[in-house]
Amino acid sequence: MTGLRLAIGLAIVFAASLALAQGGADKRRSGYRDMGEALQKMQDDPTANPGMLFVQLGGQLWTKKAGTADKSCADCHGSAGTSMKGVAARYPAIPKGADAPVDLEGRIELCRTENQKAERLAPESRELLALAAYVAYQSHGLPIAPPADPRLAAFRDRGAEIYRMRQGQLNLSCAICHDDNAGKKLAGVTIPEAHPTGYPIYRLEWQTLGSLKRRLRNCLVGIRAEAWTYDAPEYVALELFLMDRAKGMTLESPAVRP
Amino acid sequence: MANVLINAPKTAKRGAIVEIKALILHPMETGFRPGTMGKMIPRNIIEHFTATWNGAEIFRMEMSPAIAANPFVSFFAVATESGTIGFRWTGDEGFLVEEQVAIAVE
Repeated sequence: MTGLRLAIGLAIVFAASLALAQGGADKRRSGYRDMGEALQKMQDDPTANPGMLFVQLGGQLWTKKAGTADKSCADCHGSAGTSMKGVAARYPAIPKGADAPVDLEGRIELCRTENQKAERLAPESRELLALAAYVAYQSHGLPIAPPADPRLAAFRDRGAEIYRMRQGQLNLSCAICHDDNAGKKLAGVTIPEAHPTGYPIYRLEWQTLGSLKRRLRNCLVGIRAEAWTYDAPEYVALELFLMDRAKGMTLESPAVRP
Repeated sequence: MANVLINAPKTAKRGAIVEIKALILHPMETGFRPGTMGKMIPRNIIEHFTATWNGAEIFRMEMSPAIAANPFVSFFAVATESGTIGFRWTGDEGFLVEEQVAIAVE
């Protein structure tokens, strides 16, 4: 009898500690967890995830020579599997010799103009998205790890400021939806916590791959604010803040979202 | 540069039903959208998709402007003999992509 009581007592203690452990665990939710099972399967199957088509295209572009320098990405970086592993998990970052951060797409553009001596790729162009997806895929499954560069702090603070700034005709800030009301419904759709865990993402609504910038512009238009131009530093600041907010979460690129 | 993802089993038992999935990258313009200058953007879609098993047609599909971009097609076939499964997409603006995968039936 005492043995049984002890066993029950131990079980209760164990259950309580388990609950405590879970209570202390990460409560942040990736948008992945709010999707239906069918979409989750679509994302997880590399032959059904349409984002993988762009990864495949990016792999082809990786070895294609471009610009007057007649160099391909692979000529400098070699195999992306080793050289690009973890890169997407730590961007935006400040490139060597610069004093402002760039995001992954911005870094690719810099490589094109400075090293390949080629034309910039248009924002949201298939080539730029494919290269970004290919690079991001090399960090698939890794935790988001923003760099410890102290120079980034000021830009991150600016991002946090924008995140909490009311704007647009609807006079809403990012935080009002994605912090205060996340998990509730907006027009029948669950409001996500806005963790950039899977960019570039394949949105079924877009019927194509899109960058985090495109997603941010979407939100800006949604609150009837004027979207900044594609090269505006505001996006990079916001991306810096969001990546820091999602620190440690698993990178899913290329993710599928409704 | 064709961008195609095919998911078909590499081996199958004779008489077994196998699922074959094919995904292709394509811009898909419906032909109903005006561009920035107000002029209609010409239609650019995939019109036909056919699959063959050792040259014999096993699946055919006709697509319309309402189809999703980057269409994902999944269908079933009975594994009869070893050989190659062929895929062929044709569409507007002379679009033509062919792809093959091998399958061993035992």
